[in-house]
Amino acid sequence: MSNAMRTPAGAITVERYQGAVAEGRFRRLWNANAPGYLFLLPWLIGFFGLTLGPALISLYLSFTDFDMLQSPRWVGMANYVRIATADPKFSAAMHVTLTYVVFSVPFKLTFALLVAMALNRGLRGLPIYRAIFYLPSLLGGSVAIAVLWRQLFASDGLVNAALAQIGIEGPSWISHPNYSIYTLVALSVWQFGSPMIIFLAGLRQIPQDMYEAASLDGASKFRQFYKITLPLLTPVIFFNAVVQTIEAFKAFTPAFIISGGTGGPINSTLFYTLYLYQEAFGNFRMGYASALAWILVVIIAIFTAFSFLSSRYWVHYDD
Amino acid sequence: MTEMTASVTAARPPSDITKRSLPGSLIVHALLIAASLLMVYPLLWMVSASVRPETEIFSSTSLIPSSIDFSSYARGWVGLDVSFGRFFWNSLVISLLVVTGNVIACSLTAFAFARLRFAGRNFWFAIMLGTLMIPYHVTLIPQYVLFLNLGWVNTILPLVVPKFLASDAFFIFLMVQFFRGIPRELDEAAMMDGCSAWRIYWKIMLPLSLPVLATAAIFSFIWTWDDFFGPLIYLNDMNTYTIQLGLRTFVDSTSASDWGGLFAMSTLTLVPVFFFFLFFQRLLIEGIATTGMKR
Repeated sequence: MSNAMRTPAGAITVERYQGAVAEGRFRRLWNANAPGYLFLLPWLIGFFGLTLGPALISLYLSFTDFDMLQSPRWVGMANYVRIATADPKFSAAMHVTLTYVVFSVPFKLTFALLVAMALNRGLRGLPIYRAIFYLPSLLGGSVAIAVLWRQLFASDGLVNAALAQIGIEGPSWISHPNYSIYTLVALSVWQFGSPMIIFLAGLRQIPQDMYEAASLDGASKFRQFYKITLPLLTPVIFFNAVVQTIEAFKAFTPAFIISGGTGGPINSTLFYTLYLYQEAFGNFRMGYASALAWILVVIIAIFTAFSFLSSRYWVHYDD
Repeated sequence: MTEMTASVTAARPPSDITKRSLPGSLIVHALLIAASLLMVYPLLWMVSASVRPETEIFSSTSLIPSSIDFSSYARGWVGLDVSFGRFFWNSLVISLLVVTGNVIACSLTAFAFARLRFAGRNFWFAIMLGTLMIPYHVTLIPQYVLFLNLGWVNTILPLVVPKFLASDAFFIFLMVQFFRGIPRELDEAAMMDGCSAWRIYWKIMLPLSLPVLATAAIFSFIWTWDDFFGPLIYLNDMNTYTIQLGLRTFVDSTSASDWGGLFAMSTLTLVPVFFFFLFFQRLLIEGIATTGMKR
């Protein structure tokens, strides 16, 4: 090695040898991995620039005061402390959102399962029924449906007109703080189509001969339902429950349209995401809104972790 | 499997249902028809309200108007200062660009994850699946600040550009699942013949994946068309409004004065979605059934 300077051009030295090996290794590494990373390039840019980067910045902003006019001012835990102890709108929003989740998800899944089982009997006209039940799910996210819903449950709306025909005087659903949230629950339940389709797919997987064997043994239909259908369907029920709950936590459009963006009456439809929107884009409290966003993430993460942990005790996977 | 479902839906004593009994079927059909009518009644009522004479809209719960009158459509179309034609055009441009971006970027990403071998693939794949669970609220504010600083607010760029960077992980996941079902021998043989990864993607994978590309394209279109939150944040100039923002503004400005126009325009905004639903129902339903997409 010490005589490297005296070696003639082209002679193999340790450095050149190592260099060649390294270059070959690099070329091989490049050849093996470059196509994969080139294909991933758009996604990688998006991941760093639009997901990871912004997520870290939002975590930082959640410890600041930031109104977009002046640069963020560090306030430590102040935002979180205020959320936890001194923000009645936060508790209202949390209450509204939890009410929505607790009422809409179970009803939605129950309807979805009942209708899926009714449709899974080899009936004629299955595609038509399936389409009709799925349609509201597909249209559901649009402003037009929220507008329609607002009319349906208005004090002079269709629901009260129908109730009047059987002699009941309905309340003003939309503008009464005790009822307004349940009109939104009803809208969500009306959109049971997509979990229904997943249930249908799950029911198809259950082997027919299990039921035949069970009925030869004299098991009643209810018993077959509790002993065969329900256990074998638990993975699908679990999936639907997790997806629908996360979606329910994130609901926004219907609450915004039906309350005109206010979350009223008396904060009774102030969904969590609506409150976050008001703080960020109404009051320009970007730091505070970032803290709200992170609390939502933590709540969803806790809920998801809890679901997965509990699933060990009630979800049956056949191995 | 038919009987036990009947026992639940028809709420009859389970013991007296015989296999595929005619009365059982009839009862289930009757219940399903009643439920179907209840499901579509609000939609049909809205369509019927849009062609009713104004005075008649709230006077009955019936679906059949006494006379058909399209003047609500003409009145509504003129809209506010900006006509609904403009809103439709904006929505159409954004939706088509989002479809293009999603199909290209998500299929590139999915192809890498499903078919290419490279160091760190499993790591990145796990990260990609992780992004499925992050609510968009977490990235919302920094993204808004970023796009504001880029001068993109009040343009369609914040709504469109992220899609070209494969920001819809759902579609990546959907495509990975589909690509994995395509026999490996096909691209392995092509690779032996010296085919580049690009050619395998372009000449083998994409042509064989038309069903999943179509599913992703249709869902992209419908979700973008229906999106309210994105445009609400990024578009403040009425000339840039999408159909959902236009409709919402129309609601705010006319509420309780022009119900006919309101229902007419509401109906129109649903037409493209309904049209896709009618023609691509099978693809949409399979897409939901196999991946459990959110809506």
